[in-house]
Amino acid sequence: MNLHIPKPVYDEESKPFWEGLNNDELLIQQCRSCHKNIFYPRSFCPNCFSEEIQWKKASGKGKIYSYTVVHHAFGPFKEETPFIVGIVELDEGVRMLTRIIGERNQVQIDKEVTVVFQRISEDFTLPYFMLSNAN
Amino acid sequence: MKTERIAAIVGVAESDLGKVPNKNVLQLQAQAAKAALDEAGLTKDDVDALFTAGNWAWAPNLMLAEYLGIETKYSDSTNIGGSSFEAHVGHAMAGIQAGLFEVALITYGSTNRTNPTRNTYSAPLTGQYEQPYGLPGTVGSYALAAMRHMHQYGTTSEQLAEVAVATRKWATLNERAYKREPIDISDVLNSRMIAEPLHLLDCCLVTDGGGAVVVASKEVAMRTKKRPVWILGHGEAHSHNTITNMPDLTVTSARESGERAFQMAGISRDEIDVAEIYDSFTITVLLTLEALGFCEPGEGGLFVSGQRTAPGGDFPMNTNGGGLSYCHPGMYGIFLLIEAVRQLRQESEARQVNDAKIALVHGTGGVLSSSSTVILGRD
Ligand SMILES: [Zn+2]
Repeated sequence: MNLHIPKPVYDEESKPFWEGLNNDELLIQQCRSCHKNIFYPRSFCPNCFSEEIQWKKASGKGKIYSYTVVHHAFGPFKEETPFIVGIVELDEGVRMLTRIIGERNQVQIDKEVTVVFQRISEDFTLPYFMLSNAN
Repeated sequence: MKTERIAAIVGVAESDLGKVPNKNVLQLQAQAAKAALDEAGLTKDDVDALFTAGNWAWAPNLMLAEYLGIETKYSDSTNIGGSSFEAHVGHAMAGIQAGLFEVALITYGSTNRTNPTRNTYSAPLTGQYEQPYGLPGTVGSYALAAMRHMHQYGTTSEQLAEVAVATRKWATLNERAYKREPIDISDVLNSRMIAEPLHLLDCCLVTDGGGAVVVASKEVAMRTKKRPVWILGHGEAHSHNTITNMPDLTVTSARESGERAFQMAGISRDEIDVAEIYDSFTITVLLTLEALGFCEPGEGGLFVSGQRTAPGGDFPMNTNGGGLSYCHPGMYGIFLLIEAVRQLRQESEARQVNDAKIALVHGTGGVLSSSSTVILGRD
């Protein structure tokens, strides 16, 4: 495992998200006022500016909105190429940047994906996504 | 066309470009500023507003003003990425219109080639949701947009390559350009893959370099040495910071900034004689042409086909050789302005667009994040 990747600086807003991942839970937020789902974590709703924000567990399912196969990377990722980075749109409507796990020629925009919890270190887990029908 | 004249660009200059290991960012900016003021027939003491953008100092305006020996009554360090300088032109015009100052100096300097930015190993604030995945910041983000555009509209790598080839043709006509040997479509397609679908030759250069632009009130412009290049319209917008938060990967905020600039200038798309469009990557150009309304969404690939933007084509674009072939020190926007002004003054020599009267300049900053459009014209 690549231990040198940029480590998120956990703060009060982001801590529940990162802690959730360590427990194999993908958490997003929802605004109590306008009901819009929110990612990344915030203390205000970017839609209606309400402070009534609640955490909720996401389904972990979504589809690929776009992706790229990285052949030339920098710093700690240099040795890992080629790898696939994508934007996944969760069924809840929010988008996340992530790694896509799967055969290069199987990966396509709009394909369905499911979250997998990739343990990087004891207190650091990343949500990667793999093709739902890969098995 | 709108006939009111408020402010004009009266001086432009580059510093040394390419590999410039012997000059720091302050020297580069001073060198360009001196040349730009000289050609206008102005001195540093005429400058009463200073605009710069960069991350080379905690407060760049303070360091630069002190270094240049310039006292200002107005300072603007707006940094929205590579389009900052088009924003500066708009802000300078607004300040002049409000009567706040008469002569604005806009500068940029970078030693991006000699001193590349270092990677960071911790990811604070909103970067924590992106940096751990290893996307190579800028190129990776533009690759995501290109992939989506291809998926949605059937855009091809050949169409993207048209932009790189046409831009290189302009560079062969510009002795200041960094890359001047001709290339063809297959050279682009056979160049190393960086982040699919973008090849090495779909990507801008990494050079050192600086530039300066002097904006003056109508009254001052009428007595400077060069023919004034009037600022007819300006618009700016930004839609997101990180690529994941771009609402639609195929539509940039050039749609808003361009519409505002055209409205202000009171002209239509077909009145543009020459276009200088930020070309950090070939896909940047396609998305921008669509968002500015030169073609329909999804038709950017068709629009640039058949070398339409090359010398002799019916849409002359990026006539200095662009960020793809001339120079690109990180925030390229100031060089678009410099070339547009030279085109309108008929000073572009071998690459001169015949009788160019109106130019469109469009800067894109961040990861398709910010847009700033400037429309320039001569009498
Ligand atoms: Zn809300």
